[in-house]
This record gives sequence, C-alpha cells and structure tokens, in this order.
Amino acid sequence: MSTRLTAGGQRINRDKPVTFTFNGQGLKGYEGDTLASALLANDKMMVGRSFKYHRPRGLVASGTEEPNALLGIGQDGRFEPNQRATMQEVFEGLTAISQNHWPSLEFDIGEVNAKLSRFFPAGFYYKTFMWPRSFWKHVFEPFIRQSAGLGKAPKDPDADTYEHFYHYCDVLVIGGGIAGLVAAKAAASGGTRVTLLEQEATFGGRSGVDAPEAAEAARGLAEDLAGMENVRLIPRCMGAGVYDHGYVLGYQRLTDHLSVKTGPRHRLWRIRAGQVITATGAIERPLSFAGNDVPGVMLASAVRDYVVNYGVSVGDRTVVVTNNDDAYLTAIRLAEAGLSVPAIVDARAGGAGALGARAESLGIRVLKGHGIAKVKGRTRVTGVALCRQVGEGAVTEEIACDAVAMSGGWSPVVHLWSHCGGKLVWDADQAMFRPDADRPPTGADGKGFVRTAGAANGMLTLEALIADAAAQGLAAAEAVGHSGTVPEVAEMPARADNPIEPVWLMPASAKRELRAKAWLDYQNDVKVTDIQLAAQEGYESVEHAKRYTTLGMATDQGKLSNINGLAILSGALDSPIPQVGTTTFRPPYTPISMGSIAGEARGTTFQPLRRSPLHGWHETNGADWEPVGPWRRPFTYLRAGEDRHKAVEREILQTRNSLGLLDASTLGKLIVKGPDAGRFMDMMYTNMMSSLKPGKCRYGLMCSENGFLMDDGVVAKWDEDTYLCHTTTGGADRIHAHMEEWLQTEWWDWKVWVVNATEQYAQIGVVGPNARKVLEKLGATGISNDDFPFMTFQDHTLAGIDARVYRISFSGELSYEIAVPAGQGMALWTALMEAGAEFDVMPYGTEALHVMRAEKGFIMIGDETDGTVIPQDLGLNWAISKKKEDFIGKRAQSRDDMVRADRWKLVGLETLNGATLPDGAYAVADGMNANGQRNVQGRVTSSYHSPTLRRGIAMGLVLNGPDRMGETIEFNKVDGTTIPTKIVDPVFYDKEGTRNV
Amino acid sequence: MSDPVTALANATSDGPVRIEETGPHGMITLRGVLSDGTIASAVQTATGLAMPAQRGITSDAGKTLIWMGPDEALILLPRADLPATLSALTGALGSAHALAADMSDARAVFRITGDDAHVREVLARLAPVDMDRFPLGEVRRTRLAQVAAAIWSPEPGVVQLICFRSVAQYVFDLLTEAAASPRI
Repeated sequence: MSTRLTAGGQRINRDKPVTFTFNGQGLKGYEGDTLASALLANDKMMVGRSFKYHRPRGLVASGTEEPNALLGIGQDGRFEPNQRATMQEVFEGLTAISQNHWPSLEFDIGEVNAKLSRFFPAGFYYKTFMWPRSFWKHVFEPFIRQSAGLGKAPKDPDADTYEHFYHYCDVLVIGGGIAGLVAAKAAASGGTRVTLLEQEATFGGRSGVDAPEAAEAARGLAEDLAGMENVRLIPRCMGAGVYDHGYVLGYQRLTDHLSVKTGPRHRLWRIRAGQVITATGAIERPLSFAGNDVPGVMLASAVRDYVVNYGVSVGDRTVVVTNNDDAYLTAIRLAEAGLSVPAIVDARAGGAGALGARAESLGIRVLKGHGIAKVKGRTRVTGVALCRQVGEGAVTEEIACDAVAMSGGWSPVVHLWSHCGGKLVWDADQAMFRPDADRPPTGADGKGFVRTAGAANGMLTLEALIADAAAQGLAAAEAVGHSGTVPEVAEMPARADNPIEPVWLMPASAKRELRAKAWLDYQNDVKVTDIQLAAQEGYESVEHAKRYTTLGMATDQGKLSNINGLAILSGALDSPIPQVGTTTFRPPYTPISMGSIAGEARGTTFQPLRRSPLHGWHETNGADWEPVGPWRRPFTYLRAGEDRHKAVEREILQTRNSLGLLDASTLGKLIVKGPDAGRFMDMMYTNMMSSLKPGKCRYGLMCSENGFLMDDGVVAKWDEDTYLCHTTTGGADRIHAHMEEWLQTEWWDWKVWVVNATEQYAQIGVVGPNARKVLEKLGATGISNDDFPFMTFQDHTLAGIDARVYRISFSGELSYEIAVPAGQGMALWTALMEAGAEFDVMPYGTEALHVMRAEKGFIMIGDETDGTVIPQDLGLNWAISKKKEDFIGKRAQSRDDMVRADRWKLVGLETLNGATLPDGAYAVADGMNANGQRNVQGRVTSSYHSPTLRRGIAMGLVLNGPDRMGETIEFNKVDGTTIPTKIVDPVFYDKEGTRNV
Repeated sequence: MSDPVTALANATSDGPVRIEETGPHGMITLRGVLSDGTIASAVQTATGLAMPAQRGITSDAGKTLIWMGPDEALILLPRADLPATLSALTGALGSAHALAADMSDARAVFRITGDDAHVREVLARLAPVDMDRFPLGEVRRTRLAQVAAAIWSPEPGVVQLICFRSVAQYVFDLLTEAAASPRI
C-alpha cells in the first residue's frame, strides 16, 4: 500500500497538517502536498476509471502529464471537473471527488466493457453505431451517455472572478527549472527586460529530486533574479500557448491553492515578447508491457518525486523497470528512504553505467536484458512476471511487489516550441524528438523568435543543459539588441550514463494476449493492438491513426502516449519514426479555465451596453427594452396592467391623435465636410445630394458595391460644403467605416473629412398633430408650415437650450427631430414632457415607431432589406438618380439579375379577414420545385397589427407585385393552411399626406 | 440654458486607485492634415498651443492639444472657453481644408489616480498597452476590454482616459473592478 513515511518530504511542512475530503471521506495531508501526494499518503491509489473500459486507474505521474487522476474539485459555485490531482496543491477544507464511474469508484458497472474488450476494437464506434440508424437514438446514445464522459459539468454560476493582464517583455522564459533560471539570468544580466513563467509554486524543476547540487544553484539563481528590477518571476503560471509575433498566453492560478479565496481566481497573462525561450523540461515515457495500467504502476520519476518531495511511498516493494539509467535513481532514492527494491529490470543487455554500480552497491538486484511480461493484480499491483526482453514473453520468474516504477526514456516538452510552427528532429541516439534549431517559429522579419533550452532542447545531462541554457539566454538577449553574461553556476558532478536503448514494446515480440493488455493511452484506453489494427486497416497517417483510435485525444492530449503510439505505428508500418512524424501540437499546453479566457467579460461587464443620454429616464419609466446592436432601446413603455400589445397600441393612438416623443439619439450622425463633400455624397448615395440647398434635408439610400441596399436616412445640408448624414442605429459605425474606407483607399485625394458625431447629440422626435404647439410653448417662433416646411431644418432655442430642429417624419405625422448636445438631452426631454402634458404627451418605443412607418409604407433596413434587395425592388426608383454618372452600386444594378423582370417587388398586403400575417410567411404558387417543395411567389417582410386601421397590415416582396394590385394570393402558415391576402398599395394610411402640415 | 450633465454625473469609485468621471469638458475634434502649416498655425492662433508630434500632447493654461492621428487632433479645454475657441479656430482655419466639430458631449472623461505603479497595473488589466514603458505626456489610442479609448498620463500617478459617452458606465465598471483587484 502507499503511505506517508515517518521522515522525508522536502516540500511538505509536517507542522502544518491540513484536512480535506475525497469522495466524502475526511483525509489528512500536510501543507505543501499536492492532492496527488496527499491521496497516496492515505493509500488512495485508485483515483478513477478509464473512459472506454472503465478499468481502475491510479496515479501515473507527478506533474502536468498525469492522465488518470482527474478529479472534480471544489463545491457549488467553485466546483470544477477534470482537475489534475498532481497540479492541485492541497489546502484546508479542499473537497475532491473521483469521476467517470457509476455507481461507485470501487464497483463500476461499466467495467463489463473490459471483459468484452475483444468486441470493442479500435474504431468500434464508427463500425458499430452506424446501423441500424434508429438504434443510435434509442439504444446506443442513452447507454453511452450514462456510462461515458469524464467529469460532470458544474451546475452553479462560477463564484470566482478572473482577469487578463497585458504584459510586454524583451525575453520571455517559459519554465523555471535550472535551465530556465540560467537562461533568464544570462538574458537579464545586461539589463534586458526578462519575464519567467513557472507552472509550479516553486522554482528549480526536477533538480530538487534529481540533483542536490543543481537545486542549490537554482535557489541561488531564483534569489538573484527576484532581486533584479528588470526581471519578473511569475510562479503558478503555465505557458499555455505561443502564437504569432511573440504573443504568448500565460495561465496563472492565483487562489486554487488557498482555503480563503480573495481576488481573481486565475489571471491570463497576454504577453508580447521579443524572444521566447521554452525551458519546459522533459516528460518521462511509460513502457508498453501487459498490465502497465494497473494502479501502482507509475513513472519512475514520479515514484521518486513522491518519496523525496512529499515523504510518500507508493509501495513497500517497488520493482523498477527501465531502458535507461535515469530510473536507477528511483531505486537509489527508494533504498535511501529505507524502502525495498526487489529488482531493477533493465531491458538493456549491458545495463547501466555509474548509477548501476551504485544501485548494486546498495544491494539492489539488477536483471539485465529482462523485461516485464505481465503485471499481476487488478485494482492494485500484487507482483510482476518477468521475461527476457527478446522473445514473446515466456515467464522467467515472478516477483511479489506492490509498485512498479517504469521508465521508457524522456521526451522533451516540445509543445510550446511547436505551437507556432517550430519543427522537430528525431534524435535516434537519445530516442526522442527534439526541437530543430534550424527551423524555429519565425516572426515578421523571417527570423526565429522562439529558442529552446535545457531538457526541452534534448539536453539530458546537467553540464550540457546549463551550458545550453546560458547560450540560449545570451542569444535571446542579443536578438533583442542587448547583451548579457554567462551566469556563474557551480560545476555539476558528471553522471556517466550508458546510452538509452529504445524499447517500444516489452517484451520485444510480445504475443497478442500481452499486447492487448499493453496500454498506450490510459485515459482513452488505447492499447498497442489498437494502433496495430489501425495500421492494418489502412490508417497510415499518424493524424488518421490518432483519430481512428483516439490515441492522444484525451484531456492530457497524449503527453505520455504520443511517442510510444507513433513508435508502435512506425513498427506496424515498417516505416522509420521520423517518417511517421508526430501529430500537431496545439495550444493550450494543458486545459485552461473558461473563466480565464473570458476575463472581465462577465456579469455587468460581459458586453459593453451603450446607453443613450435618456437611458436612465427610460429605465425608471417602464421601458421594456429591446436590444438594438449594443444599445438598448425601449420597445415600449409599460404601464400598470398593460401587456406589450396594449402599450404599443396606446402609444400609437396617442401619437397619431395628439403628441408622442421618441428617443432617436441612437441614430447615426456623420458630419461630412470639404470641397469635395458634394461629389463624395453623390457617390455614397443613390440620389443626387450635391444639389441640395443649405438648410434642406433629403432622404437618401446607400447601396453596397454589389448594388444592394445597405442603409438609408435623411441627409441635411448644414452649409455649402458640410452635410449631416443620418444613418440607421446599426449603421452608424458601419457607414462611418464604409465612408472612411472609400476615402482612404480609393479617393484618397478627395478633400473630404468625416466625423462620427452620433454621440454628441441627444435627438428627440416630437411627433403628432400637437408637435408644433409644444415647440412654440418652449420658445420656438416662426415655425408655421410655410416658415418651417417639411424636409428643412432650423436652429431654435428651446427651453433655453440651443437646438437644431429637423422637420422630418418617419410616421407621416407632423414631426420634428430635435438635436441638442447629449449633456442637455435630459433637460430638453423633461421640458417637452412638461410642456406636452396638456396634450397628454407620452413617449413611444421602437415598436410604435415600426408600426407607424409601416402604416405609411416606409421601408425599414433589415426588414424590407436582407442583403439581397436592391432599391428598385422596393419601388424606390424615385430615389435613384438617373442623371449621375456614377454612385456606389450603380453598375451592379445593371447586371442581368438585377434588371430581370421577375424580381419580387414591394407591395402592401391585406388579409381578407383582417388578421395579421405571420412575419416571414411565403406566398405559395402552383406546383412543386425540384426538391419536392411547394413553389413560392413572394414573402412577407413586415407585418403588424395596425391600431390606427384596426386590422393587420403587411408589406412583402411579391412576383410582379406592383402589376397585380387587387389580386388575392395565399400566404402559408406553419399548420399547413393558407391565408387569402389581397395585394394593395404599401401606403395604408393618409395616402394624400394631409397630416404632415 | 440648462447646465450640461456628464454621462455618469461625475461618479467616483474610491480606493487605493480612485476612478473619477470628470467634466463637463469642452472638446473639439479637428480633422485636418496636422503636418500642414496652415492647420498648425490656425490651432496655435485659436488655442495658443503648438501642434504636438506623433502620439504627443501639448498643454498650457488649462487647454490640452492631443495628437489622435496624422489627420486628427483633440482639443480639450474648459467648457466655458469652447464657443470662443471653436469660433476662433474656425475663423483661423478660413478656407483651409479642415473640419472642427464640437464633440464635448460625445465622450466621457475619466481621471484615474493613485500610486503610479498601481494605476499602471489597473490599466494593464484592460488595455493592450505596455504600461511599464508608457511615458508621461504621450497618448495611446487603444482598447479598454471591448471598447475604444484613449489614455495619457499627465503626471506620475495620474491617467486620463476618454471613451465614448454611451459606454461610460461600462468603462467605469471595468476600471472599478480592475482597481479592486489585488496588486500583482
């Protein structure tokens, strides 16, 4: 069993015990423990079940590469699934639950899958669930949903906050092990601005366990760096991804290790670095032997980490199995801690170098040229059966043990090097892919901006690693125009290792029954036989084999399984490893929280909400909001006892009969000025704008280059060379950008300036038969119909406020739109409400606006237009100049498709029974189309109940519509019936225009 | 004549870093080729301020002239001075190709004060700007989370920020939250 030893554990503080729970059971750990080490200290070896066969799964690793110990951590608003126990520091009150089991961790019904594993081969899902089709929905899916899946999604809103932080540095070092520290010191020594990210809480990396001399040096370097003004050290911060132009994401976990959490939980560092050095170390590889997934089989480095760092023994008797010298260190550390190592099983016939002699001097038995035929035990290792490494696996002897420490060699962590295009080279001597320094990720200047140092660069001896790191640090500083010096680091004792011998399968010619129990991917249950089957079935590309078998597709993204898997594939294809290649390394390095990605974008700051100067008044006066782009506009103002429909009806009748107010502040207001402004306006709009006289207004249409109607609004000519263009609310920024684009890219020599003055003005529509009276009450004079005619503007002082008053109408009523500086909008609104009281003035919302414009047959951008409609479709030919040589969209509007006679055109629609047509309904025609669908001859673009006319009114685009006045056509309903509807003129109300006087 | 009100009625948020909506200010947006001597001298005549260089700011007697781009400048001045300055500017520009517009009400202005390093940290949470190397008296047109903003630091421990009026509450909320976050 795994347990806490009475002594040892350099990272834990035995004076500070902490209690936590695992699946509801209270357990004890120490400050400094990871959740993984604390679980092992409590003999919780089994921590989960695998994805497909629900095999018992135990801890395999001690760091980010852990594939099995994925737990649900926290409670309620702080619950988060799929957290690695190895990366979670334990704290008082922590709660953790295992996942992917049903009904319990110890007894799991899905384990039956494992018994049937012969019937669950690679590609099983693709092969099986294809037929019969109905089975997917009713049989397979419900079963899979119940038994599969990793953690459960949290149910409560996240109780934490998150933040981003923008950071800039000359040299960014990712990884705070000895290599990263040396590189950072070298780079920073000449004043270069250096930032170093370390994913763990402490610096020094593996040196603390593997090399006391290096650990000492690391401590000194970290202290030096912490004292340098030009250096920033960021602990608990993982380099998540490297992107173009030196952009790097750092994922810092601020409160995950604390009992009392204050401030943001995670901080996403958005870093722009001149040079990036990845000093991300290396990850140990498992060996592929039968039963290598039984809880108790662990990476050799992890076994010694737990002993040295946390004083935790994985077992009393540990068999070490290896193909390289490094694992001997585990045996030595275990022996030093007084634990039993019955044997080191070394696949190499020659065995190890100096470490081998040391192990033997400690009395440890070394079996050379041997391997593990099979691990015994189900939920826990009980022993190993050994065999010769060559051959099929005939058992030579059995050894009782409760842990196995395995090492298949080390793989440099090349992920961050590779994210942005760094290439790899296969190093046959060390049996690893390492970064190819000649093919780094390149920046805008074509030069590399990422370097790699230390173990991440394939340097596995301390001496080479430190020299490499110093050289990379200096080179990075030079690349950003600085210099540096080689830091002084004490000489490291040399380790005379024998070379690694690649072992991709143990024993080398293992028979099928052994291969079928040799796991590559622990989380996704991919075995050696699965990869071999994929190759046999023709999945030769490593990317295809990955997706077919799901190798490396689990949350660990193949950190342990990729190299072993592709080596097996290489063997099956009889093709060398470098030719098989690797799958693509994509960010993030390990999963980062959704909250950290969102940063501040949640709650009230989820999205910017644009508020008009009158927003507060609307809010306190019953506004029923409608989102209009990022703005909120009142759809209607609800009064007690009213529903939306009633409120809209009230607002319309009041406005038509007396006086209504509209907050039109959100409409775009673009000032266009210059000697070429007239010429520019004539190009922007379909109508002639340059001929407008100062003081006058004109309704205009804007088309895209393809001729489609994209915006409309009233243009006012302020003076000889200045125009004010009103746009739709949604068009303000878009049309501003459209104008600037033409001015900056095509007509750069035209003398025109544009200012987006949308927010400078509060604009209030004063609408209805009493509109003039209320303006007069506020001090306007000389505004009779003759003195201040329709489609002109004048400056007046209203209630003491300087205002520009536009006499324009979108309702057919007598109507003024009054523009005042935004800061005085509320004052004007209040004055209008007071002065209008005798006319029962009330504000109206966007729905009343829409209904009133529809009653008048006015089109609305986004209703009558959808990006495929040209002004001619809408009967707006009167607003398209025939005199002008050109305007944007003119040529497109002469294309065959635009001039064909059978384009659907705008008409009014009246149902025979007075009902309101469903918005978007289609007019049916005879026969079926090629797809067996009913032919159509038109569609509804706007449809409302008109309180003024007490019936449904609609506009629509209909085939030859304007020529079919009075004809009845049928519009469909979702229930399959149709509504007989008469084609009429789109102007429903006050056709003669008698009201706007 | 009613007094103009700012978007947030001069809301403040107190703490080690203080956020304060200021104003009403006078603001004139000038579009014109700033390197054109006619434009620069018209501005000098109307405001007494020299045309700043790229990203630069000139300031004197309560008026501030901010470079917003090769063809855009912002004149920030006391509200009471606006009508006279705008008309002087328009007069001095004469027939030169330029557009001077009163944009006093189109924007919100914030003053962010506190320990200099802390103030910079607050901004670095929201704006992609190298705040460690953000010199005094230089403007950045940038982004504050999801909206456009311009910032400058007139003196240590003070950052001025302008944004559109309609998003003033959003910007205030962002700054307040960023200011409440613990020091790095």
